[in-house]
Amino acid sequence: MIEAFQIVALVLVAASGTAVVLVRDPLRQAVVVSFYGSLLAGLFFAFQAPDVALSQIVIGSVGVPLMLLMAIAKVRKRELERERDE
Amino acid sequence: MSRRARLWLLAPALAGTMALVVWGFTGLADFGHFQGAYGNLLAKVAVPERKATDIVVSTTFDYRGFDTLGEEMILFTAVLGLVVLLRELRGEQEEEEEAHDDQEGHAGREHRTSDALRIFGFGMVGPTVVLGVYIVTHGTLTPGGGFQGGVVLATALLVVYLAGRYAAMRKVSPLPLLEAGEATGAMAYGLIGLGGLIIAGMYMKNFIDPGTKGSLLSGGFIPLLNIAVGLEVAGAFSLAFQEFLDQTILLRGDGGSE
Repeated sequence: MIEAFQIVALVLVAASGTAVVLVRDPLRQAVVVSFYGSLLAGLFFAFQAPDVALSQIVIGSVGVPLMLLMAIAKVRKRELERERDE
Repeated sequence: MSRRARLWLLAPALAGTMALVVWGFTGLADFGHFQGAYGNLLAKVAVPERKATDIVVSTTFDYRGFDTLGEEMILFTAVLGLVVLLRELRGEQEEEEEAHDDQEGHAGREHRTSDALRIFGFGMVGPTVVLGVYIVTHGTLTPGGGFQGGVVLATALLVVYLAGRYAAMRKVSPLPLLEAGEATGAMAYGLIGLGGLIIAGMYMKNFIDPGTKGSLLSGGFIPLLNIAVGLEVAGAFSLAFQEFLDQTILLRGDGGSE
């Protein structure tokens, strides 16, 4: 039973990790990486590391995508301002 | 360098790495048969000695408490550096129109969130805080502890931002309190370690009676260290989120000169 859970978790992480690379738009990538982070938390849990899984849920599914989104927003804002100035 | 040349350079490096990885994997113990002496020893002695049922926590905060002190300081200095780097630089000023609008209660260029999202979000704040406090205080019993609980606590602030407006988050976020909390947590960890030096004769040695297995206050000074780390991590992450949001939403650079 536990092995089945572990295999499913591994396959899902591999698939979503590949998806992160295949999605080329940074904005969409931020959303996909959030899914990937949540699935990685499931993987840690399946391999009996609930302590790590707990921090991974927050950091992987919220923290990292949020940093990405804010960086993208900052860059776009600056681009818009440059266009407006010209 | 042309694309072709780069690929040619990559190929032997990739093959070499692959060979090393495969070679490394053949020497590993079978899946599920851990052979580390230190891990097996801890798994045997941790619960009888420290009465804390979460061996991961009694390892990080007690047996390897000194390592965790270093890790905590890494986070502390990282966020300190972030705050110093992102302080209001010359050429950046807070956008007056938005600051003005915030006080009036209107959103300037901000998008208003829907009522459903707002009610759901604000309803989530309380449970998130309770969950965070629970994870911090029950670190000795169940998976979790100071770091995990602290990060959950920090997201409570983010939920306010997602549900409402940036202005609402600025209003409820006690910036000086966050800074004080981060510093206090970092300092408390070091001071508790010093308590070990004074009372038990060794820095970071557990100097409080471990109590009974399964009770909330078991594990000696581990719950105290969990609270110190929870405070530090919650403060550090909230500060980091806040600084990044400030950068994105409030500040306007004067274009390329930064």
